[in-house]
This record gives sequence, C-alpha cells and structure tokens, in this order.
Amino acid sequence: MLEYLTLILSCQLAGEFLVSALDVPFPGPVAGMILLFVFLSVRGGVPEDLGNVAGALLNNLSLLFVPAGVGVMVHFELLGADALPISVALVVSTLLTIAVTALVMVTLNRLNTRNTGDRG
Amino acid sequence: MGEFRDIWVYLSTSPLLHLTLTLAAFVFASMVYRKLHMNPLLNPVLLSVIAIVLVLKGTGTDYDTFFEGAQFVHFLLGPATVALAVPLYRQFDRVRKSALAILLSIACGSLTSALTAVSIAWMLDARVVSIVSLAPKSVTAPVAMGISEQLGGLPSLTAVIVILTGVIGAMLGPLILNVLNIRDWAARGLAIGTASHGIGTARALQVNEVAGAFSGLAMGLNALATAILLPVIWNFLF
Repeated sequence: MLEYLTLILSCQLAGEFLVSALDVPFPGPVAGMILLFVFLSVRGGVPEDLGNVAGALLNNLSLLFVPAGVGVMVHFELLGADALPISVALVVSTLLTIAVTALVMVTLNRLNTRNTGDRG
Repeated sequence: MGEFRDIWVYLSTSPLLHLTLTLAAFVFASMVYRKLHMNPLLNPVLLSVIAIVLVLKGTGTDYDTFFEGAQFVHFLLGPATVALAVPLYRQFDRVRKSALAILLSIACGSLTSALTAVSIAWMLDARVVSIVSLAPKSVTAPVAMGISEQLGGLPSLTAVIVILTGVIGAMLGPLILNVLNIRDWAARGLAIGTASHGIGTARALQVNEVAGAFSGLAMGLNALATAILLPVIWNFLF
C-alpha cells in the first residue's frame, strides 16, 4: 500500500516540478495524472494495491472539496452587488455547457458508428 | 466547569477539532445523500459546507482556524487527481475509439462555458471585473485562477465562482442529461467533467466508473483547452 501512495505523491511532485519548470498554465496534479498513466501503460496493468489506494482516494473525492467549499461561503461577499447576475450566469451557462458537450459527443459518436458500419 | 473550559480552549486551537468536524459533517451528509438514493440535489459537498458554516458561525470561529484542521483533507485533492489515472487507464480502449469526438466535444463545451457565462452576465449589467472573472468558471480552480489573472479578473472571485459552478453542475447536470435523454455513460461523464471539473467528477465516480473516467479526462483536457483558447479569443474580441 505504502509504496503506491509514495508513487502517487512522486507523480504529483514530478508533475508540479515539470509544470513550473516549463512555465505552462497547467495544474501540477493533472500533469502527475498523465505521468501515472504513462507508468500504467508501460507496466501494462493496474497493480492491485495501487487500485486500492486510488479507490480509497477517489471514493471520497467529494469530501476533499469541503474545505474549499467552506472558504466559498466565507468569501461570498466577494460576489457583492453582482451576486444575482453571477448566479444566473452560472446556472444557465453550466446547464448549457453540459447540454452542448453531451449532445456533440453523442452526435459525433453516432456518425462514427454509422461510418464504421458502412465500411463493415 | 473551569476544567471543561480548559479542555475546550486546548482542543479548539488544535487541528484535531476541525479535522473531526470536517469528517463528521461529511459522514452525516453522505448518510442523508445515500438514504435519499443519491439524489443529485442533495449534493454531499453542499450539505457538509452548510453544516460546517453554521457551526463556525455559531461558535465564532474564523476560516483560518478551521482550515488549520481541514487542510489535511484539502491536501489530498492533489494525490486524488493523480489517482484519476487509474479509472482512465481502465477505460482507455473506449477513450481511444472516440478520441476525436472527445476533443471536439470538450472544445465546444469550453467555448460554450466561457461565451454564455460572459454574455449572460454582461446582459444583466454585471461589473466588468465580475464578467472577466466568470470566463474560466468551468476550469479546475488553480488553472482558472491563473487564467482570470491573465485576463484582468479577480483570482479570488474566480475561485468562489469555480466552486459554485462545480456544485451547480453536480446537482443539476444529471437532471438536464436525463431531460435530453442522454444515456451513454461516456457522454454523460464527459459533459459533467467539462462543465464542473472535480466536483462534477466526484459525483460521476460515485454513479458509474465509465462516467467517472471520462469526467476526470474531460476535467484535465478542458483545463488545457481553456488555458490555450480563452486568452486567444479574448484578445481577438476585446
């Protein structure tokens, strides 16, 4: 277990290092995710213990956002006089984003299967 | 009584108290959430945040004191993001098959997010700084704050906006996807992750592994797409 927790932290550390060394606007942990992905691809599978550690972290991912969420409530006054326009923009825009992304994906996948079907 | 007060004074300055409060609030919120069949409207992040804020206000505790305990939980966000490589690896055959569709969908989502948020706030007469801070709202917090600063927004306001967007997407996303009759787990996850980053991904992972993997992938790619596309479009438009 411990060796895979160390592996995960090492990937994050290497990711943070890469991002700041290359000066790119990219989150270090996401770079670390790519590094761990490369490790898994080279190794050709997910070791059982790594699966357990990752599972323990990801099954409770919601919990990890709670401290930042409490910070939002505390800094709510930053929204100031714009609380209403910001809230309306957030709700409408988030729903539209979800709808557009999902519809584009479903449509392109459908076209893709149809084309493959024609060839086959 | 005096002894009790001494113990309280000691505990309230140690990280243990607020770490325990964070976990207890979340355990309670999760029980409510599961009892009511994981209804997305009862988002456990939102429920725990409300409970904790009530406790902090009631006891007159400031955020910095709370965060001394809560930081241990907050820290794990980084390793958890790295761990998203595992579900992604397990689903990679599906990802590879629709790689082009994935990239195009995320690019469309990224543009929709920024353009609709900015234009709605502009139509409702929001201040310029609020409008600018809204633009990267669907991107994971550290990247969104960087983009906001680059465009002339307020990074701390963007952080608040990003978290709110995550909660809104996790709560309302499943409902709109049901209304649109989208049943494909890959498309559902991709849409949630593009619009509402890690908080949406947390919900997606609880519901389905395919959705969770695509959501995590979308979160990473949308951060990249928005960081590249948004400043270019912004300079072109303004």
